[in-house]
Amino acid sequence: MKLVVRYRMFLIFLGLSAGVAIFKPELQEPLMRNTVFNFSQMLAVLPPIFILLGLLDQWVPRNVVIKYMGRESGFKGILLSIILGASSAGPLYGAFPFAAVMLIKGVRLANIVIFLSSWATLKIPMFLFESTALGLRFAVFRWLLNLPVILFIAYTVEYFVSDDEHKTMIEKAQLQG
Amino acid sequence: MFTYSLYGLAVIFLSFSFLKDKERTKQALVKAWKSLEKVLPDFTAVLVLVGLAITLLSPQVISRFIGQDTGFFGMLFTGVVGAVTLIPGFVAFPLADSLLQLGAGIEQVAVFVSTLMMVGVITAPLEIRYFGVKQTLIRNGLSFILAFGIAYLLGVLV
Repeated sequence: MKLVVRYRMFLIFLGLSAGVAIFKPELQEPLMRNTVFNFSQMLAVLPPIFILLGLLDQWVPRNVVIKYMGRESGFKGILLSIILGASSAGPLYGAFPFAAVMLIKGVRLANIVIFLSSWATLKIPMFLFESTALGLRFAVFRWLLNLPVILFIAYTVEYFVSDDEHKTMIEKAQLQG
Repeated sequence: MFTYSLYGLAVIFLSFSFLKDKERTKQALVKAWKSLEKVLPDFTAVLVLVGLAITLLSPQVISRFIGQDTGFFGMLFTGVVGAVTLIPGFVAFPLADSLLQLGAGIEQVAVFVSTLMMVGVITAPLEIRYFGVKQTLIRNGLSFILAFGIAYLLGVLV
């Protein structure tokens, strides 16, 4: 019963999907295919991500993380956040647990947002797909134009989130981890 | 391929960790499982929802809607579609290419690509769970608005 409560959103959406499949029989096949594809993609990516997270938690001390990506990390921290994000794989929601651990370990908030945004849109594997489909010029310019935009978003978030809210955010992240 | 390299990385670090300290490695794995187990209800819910969204807003449906080039409202439309859907890159880019062939402008397609990657309406509840309402609103909101700026510049540059 507890399990049903915990997975209630999952069950509700599953019911919704079943409803769509019943009333729109022509959608049954693509719906099934898309849902199975989503699950296989995530189930493939999540185990190594969480194992790496567990190891990170055990082996990388907080003061090292703070030194390289904390409040005083400056340009080095920005660069590292972009590299970490851009060399990732998988959909953006895979980045959330990673970013949460970074937050707990003392990474500067702006760098967290830079990491999330780089993961979302600067991913190198994506870039390869993009340049094949839409042309190298399109992909390169979009990548470059996104850099200042990402920095702007990151510092805007940091500007508007107060120290108290930042603390609450870390507590929230700890609850998730 | 990148999934494999992720596994490779995990295996290498795990072996190192195991050779250095068995107890710590065990703790790392316990931690990994606990964190995974905690987010699983949200993740599975999002995945089912995404499956539904991709099916209802399939590439065919989207390209039917956008049709010929539609100016700012076309951009707004593709922007919203990009924000509410979560299409994997290798499906999205060929789709974007075919939209271009259908006569959509670079701007519309660029907005679509940007919001698709940066803005996640469906995953917003999950993002809020991790980072709070404020961060989620600002990150997604600014990403949406600035997608139009990027698209405009891309239209000039490409």
